[in-house]
This record gives sequence, structure tokens and C-alpha cells, in this order.
Amino acid sequence: MNLHSVLRTLAGTAAMVGALACAQVQAQSVAVTSIVEHPALDAVKDGVHEALAAAGYTEAKGLKWQFQTAQGNTAIAAQIARKFVGDKPDVIVAIATPSAQAVVAATKSIPVVYSAVTDPVAAQLVPGWDASGTNVTGVSDALSLEKQIELIKQVVPDAKKAGMVYNPGEANSVVVVKRLRELLSQSGMSLVEATAARTVDVGAAARSLVGKVDVIYTNTDNNVVSAYESLVKVGNSAKIPLVASDTDSVKRGAIAALGVNYRDLGVQTGKLVVRILKGEAPGTIASETSSKLELYVNPGAAAQQGVTLSDALVKSAAQVIK
Amino acid sequence: MSIYSTWGALEIGLIFGLVALGVLISFRVLNFPDLTVDGSFPLGGATAAILIHHGTDPFLATGAAALAAGFAGMVTGWLNVQLKIMDLLASILMMIALYSINLRVMDAPNVPLITDPTVFTVLQPEGLEDYVARPLILLALVVVVKLLLDWFFATQVGLAMRSTGSNPRMARAQGIRTGNMVLLGMAISNALCGLAGALFAQSQGGADISMGIGTIVIGLAAVIIGESILPSRRLMVATLAVVIGAVLYRFFIALALNADFVGLKAQDLNLVTAVLVTVALVIPLAKQRFRKKRS
Repeated sequence: MNLHSVLRTLAGTAAMVGALACAQVQAQSVAVTSIVEHPALDAVKDGVHEALAAAGYTEAKGLKWQFQTAQGNTAIAAQIARKFVGDKPDVIVAIATPSAQAVVAATKSIPVVYSAVTDPVAAQLVPGWDASGTNVTGVSDALSLEKQIELIKQVVPDAKKAGMVYNPGEANSVVVVKRLRELLSQSGMSLVEATAARTVDVGAAARSLVGKVDVIYTNTDNNVVSAYESLVKVGNSAKIPLVASDTDSVKRGAIAALGVNYRDLGVQTGKLVVRILKGEAPGTIASETSSKLELYVNPGAAAQQGVTLSDALVKSAAQVIK
Repeated sequence: MSIYSTWGALEIGLIFGLVALGVLISFRVLNFPDLTVDGSFPLGGATAAILIHHGTDPFLATGAAALAAGFAGMVTGWLNVQLKIMDLLASILMMIALYSINLRVMDAPNVPLITDPTVFTVLQPEGLEDYVARPLILLALVVVVKLLLDWFFATQVGLAMRSTGSNPRMARAQGIRTGNMVLLGMAISNALCGLAGALFAQSQGGADISMGIGTIVIGLAAVIIGESILPSRRLMVATLAVVIGAVLYRFFIALALNADFVGLKAQDLNLVTAVLVTVALVIPLAKQRFRKKRS
């Protein structure tokens, strides 16, 4: 090959690379990050993907989709945030509080959609629940605790003391405990807390509640959800009814749960992403909470834990576990 | 790798360079296997975050964070020196105690700093992007800390500390109060980690109770990478080497995050990082063998 042909090849390659770069600018790109791999958080990610596909954004049609998890490490979450900012995607989706904070701290210009954050205002992701005016919007997984208390009363009508097992290191759980304590006292009940900083502590924490409470309520605390079986063991042997807010826990032995379906939460998040891809500014979209709550009940578990569920409650359930 | 992730790797690498310097003091100078770091790093972050959140000047808050973490290190040293608890166990006890203490300090598992002023926003020069300014500020700080440590370890006290680590019996025979040296060394080591934690919280938008997980592993990895790249018995070289090691480690992670082109997925990140670090560690050995063969 002489010099001339080498130059020609080089020029050709450069032109091709240029053309490719142009094509990439036109294709839409979405970058998703989550703090850790976990069934609920993975369901959110899948839901986002599903919503994008439903709106016609698929990899086959040129959507650039990338997903990174920090594997539980906040320093890696920070590096993922930097990588995404450098990749300049059209939208960054950040799942769970630490990942969302890292991304929001890293960019003030690229649209960010957070998801599965219980209190985005306390986490300083957005200044308030209304349209933020910044580059951030998203979907919170906060549950209306009034409805949760209603459910507790429907399952155990004469309950006076509600127990709760949670991880004091999980921001979402601490928010729930604080609110629940206030709300329960307003309705003449009280809250007894038991903390489990690690998954192996969940069983011991539950046992510490035996004899002190009429019902055990749990939120979507990661530690508790991971080790729900150890809670069920205590509930069954000590005849304490268990009310959960993670619907999957009902299959594992809780009596009832009124909860967010995380796949639906992801779909809802994905719809916000689609609106931004179509040209809406994230600052004009208000933060949302889950629009769909589902009731799961398990009459078998109720019998084991010494209560019977009313027919009305069973009928209103989205799913009855046999 | 984009320019953002390169500056980002440098920024986080320099922060962990402070951790690496701390680990160098405990593990190498004092010969004290100290896991307190996993608790003192978030203690620094928690202290700085909560103080800034309540309106304290960010520089004051960062100083307070280093002091608090230094005190935690001193307690570990005290458990070992006065109560005769084995060094590793003393540090593990302190590490788990700090988990609860950090929750108390923050009064919540997460304190955000996204909208509050930080040392970086205060120091940021006009006309320089924040993602460039932060690593430059950190670079200046790390250089100052490195030089201060070099100076300190050449003073009477510094030399006494080094002899405490390398031969405690001999050091005692020379009239050095080795117990005090351990306390002081542990305080300096953990103060550096606390300083790193405070800066990390300020650059990453807040402190989180989970931010300490694996800090010691990263610090040790940085020390070992640094030592294999720049092997030397001189402490002045070692303090430079471990900072380079910490930055390199972050570049490996940034590379691993971009490894999707070879069919690797997000969950392979830790494995890819481990492989990259292994390669970095093996290179000096391979070079040595290559040289032997040629001669």
C-alpha cells in the first residue's frame, strides 16, 4: 500500500466514524443506574424498559440503553454518575436514594428521572413535590400510611400495639417509622420498634416483640424483605399476625399487604422518560407517587397466625394466595 | 472513557488517596491491622454533612470531621494498648460501634448536601467547570498532606512512631513510649480517613450510612498497587506511591464500567476490577522474569 492509498483509507474511515457519530446523536439514549441488584429495584428497571418499548423506543429501532449497578458501593455509584454525565444520554434514570443523589450531584443539565425513592424532598433531589424547575423529576414509592393503618385495623380489628421490624440504616424505613408513630397515636394505637441492622438480626428483632404487640407491620425495608421467612417463623409460632407492604411477602407468609407493584412503578417512571424524550422539560413535570396500589391476602397464613379475614377484605384483594 | 469519567476517577481517586495514606500509617508504619476505617470514613462524612446541614462553615465542619474520626482511631488504639484487646479485634469492635454512632450523629441514615455550600463550591474559581475544579482542589490538598506526613515522619516523634511499628521491643528499650505512639498514629491515620469521608460527602451530594462499606479493602488495594508500581523502602516514595495506587484503582473501575463492549454486564463490575488489579500487581513480576531470561 502506498502513502496515497493509506491516506485515502484513513479519510474513508474518518468519514465513516463521522457518519456513525451523527447517527448516534439522532438516536435516543437512556442510561439507568441502581445502587444494588435487588428484586424490587430490578423490577423497576424492567418496567422502565417495558414502557419505553411500548412507546416505540426499542434497541432494534436505535434506542441506546445502558444499565449499571453500583453493587452497594457509594463510591462506585459516584463513578457511574460521572460516566453517565460523560456519555451525555438524553435521560438518566436513577433508582434508589444513594444512586439518585450521586447523579443529581453530578449534573445540573442532563434530565434525571429518579425512581423508588421514598422521600425525594428530604433527599434534596427536588425542592418540593411540584414541578421542580430543574433537570430532575421522578416517581416516589412512598405509601399512604393512612391506608396501611386501615389495612392493619381490617386484619386485626382490636389491635392496640403494632410492632415494626426495620433497619435503622435505611432512609426509607426511618421516614416510615417516624410518620407511623405519629399516625398510630392519633388513632389510639402505639408503635413498638425493633431494629435489625443486618438480615441475620431480623429473627431476633421479631422475637423481641413477642408478648408486646398485637400485630407486626413491616414496610419495604430491604433487610426485612430479604429475611421475611424468619419473621414468618416467629409470627406463626407466637400467633402474631403479620401485615406487610411488599406484596411478594404475602406469598412468603404474611397475611396481607397493600403495596406498590415495583414493575408498575417502573412503567410509570418509563412514561416520564418517554415524555422527556418527546421534548418535555423535566422541570415542568411534577414528581409522582405510585398510582396503583395492590392488595394481596393470604387466608392460610391468617389461620396459622390466629385471625380470620373478613369476606369483604378477601373480595377486595387483587390476588388471594391459597 | 469520557472526559467526565476521567476527571471523576481522578477526583474520587484523590479522595481515596487520603484513605490510602491513613491505611499506610496503620498497616505499614505502625504494623496495626486497622479496620476502624470502615467506620471512621463515614463518621467523617456524617459529621461534616450534619454540621453543614445545620449551617456550620464547610471548612470548620471538615476540620471537625477529621477530629472526630481521629478520636475514633484513638479509641481503637486505647482498646488495644490499655485494655490489651488484640489489635484486629479492637478495630472490629470500633468499626461496628461506629455504625450506631454514625446513625446517631446523622439522626437518619442519609443526610443530603446537594443544595448546601461545600468546601468545593466555596473554593471553586470563576470560569472553571466544577468537575475540573474539584479534582484540582483535591490534588492541592493531597500534595500538602503528603508533604506534611513526609516532614512529620522525619521528626523525632515521627521516627519514634516508625520504630514502634518496626521493632516495638527495641523502641521501648530506647525509651520510646510505644503505647502513646500507637494512639497518636491511629489518630492521624483515622483523621485522614475522616477527612476523606468529609470530602467525599461534599463532592457526592451527601453522607449515607452505607458509604463506609469496603473502605478498608479499597485503601489496602491502593497501598498494594502503589507498592508494586513504585517499590521502595523510603517512606517519601511510599506516600506518593499509595496515592497513585488509589487513583489507578479508580481508573480501573472507570475502565471496568466501560467494559460492556466485550459482552460484560453490570454485575461483572467487581470481577473485572479484581482482574485489572491482579494484572497491575503481576506486571512487576512479569517484568522481572523477562529481565532474568534475557540476562
